[in-house]
Amino acid sequence: MLDIVHLVLFTFLAVVAVAIIRLKDLFAAVMLMGIFSLLSASLFTVMDAVDVAFTEAAVGAGISTILMLATLALTESEEEPKYNRFKILPLIAVVLTGAVLVFATFDMPRYGDPEAPIHQHVAPHYIEHTDDEIGVPNMVTAVLASYRGYDTWGETTVIFTACVGVMLLLGGHAIVERFRRRRKLDVEGDS
Amino acid sequence: MIEWGLYNYWVVIFLMMTGLYVVISRGNLIKKIIGLNIFQVSVIMFYVSMGKVRGGTAPIDAPGFEIYSNPLPHVLMLTAIVVGVATTALALAIVVRIGEEYGTIEEDKIREIEAEEHPN
Repeated sequence: MLDIVHLVLFTFLAVVAVAIIRLKDLFAAVMLMGIFSLLSASLFTVMDAVDVAFTEAAVGAGISTILMLATLALTESEEEPKYNRFKILPLIAVVLTGAVLVFATFDMPRYGDPEAPIHQHVAPHYIEHTDDEIGVPNMVTAVLASYRGYDTWGETTVIFTACVGVMLLLGGHAIVERFRRRRKLDVEGDS
Repeated sequence: MIEWGLYNYWVVIFLMMTGLYVVISRGNLIKKIIGLNIFQVSVIMFYVSMGKVRGGTAPIDAPGFEIYSNPLPHVLMLTAIVVGVATTALALAIVVRIGEEYGTIEEDKIREIEAEEHPN
């Protein structure tokens, strides 16, 4: 059963996605991306995933947007129309792939079906035993930090690697280089 | 007759294809990353849709509630969101470096510059 909030939010999400594709102004596209994240966070709340919702609101709508804006400040904030014309071949490829995937959904369990295979495996164990095995009321926290703690450990490894990558690309020596180049440009601009 | 039980999955597929279209058809590198982000949100939406149980509530133990939605997809997607932001940050850092090196973030223009510098 779908309620009206659910339906409206989902439709709105699709509309925002189309608007993002069509915008030439990257600044506007990035701001719409923030709205997109916020809408999806609302949808996660409707679908009972409150933890996912606040992570998406904080990280997706917040940090992602800031990172993108910083990148726009360091590069350029317009698409060049010359290089971004409408192309028919990608559209055909995407429509075909989409059609195949839609065809595949008819074998999916219906939304909210308690008999779906996903609810039969380890999830009932988590739901029934979190209280006596871990002692935390929030099952998501219990699974994240205890039952599947190694996943979270792997996640921190990925973040660490990405962090090192960003620092190697933009930090240290690269910062010095950037200042030198900018000063050179300023001097050339003045003379 | 429309199957409303599949509406979620159809919107997810639409979003996924929107993201994919941006990634393969646009030459602007920031636009490509935006497309990847849309794709990523669609995958997260897919998992969370599957985790929902009819009549269930958020998976937080409380007296008076018997049916909970599946917590496992939520945990996996929490990890996916954070990892997604980390990889986005790395991609954006690479875009900044490319912008500094070539003075543009348009893929085709970079290719033209490369062709001029190395004609072979």
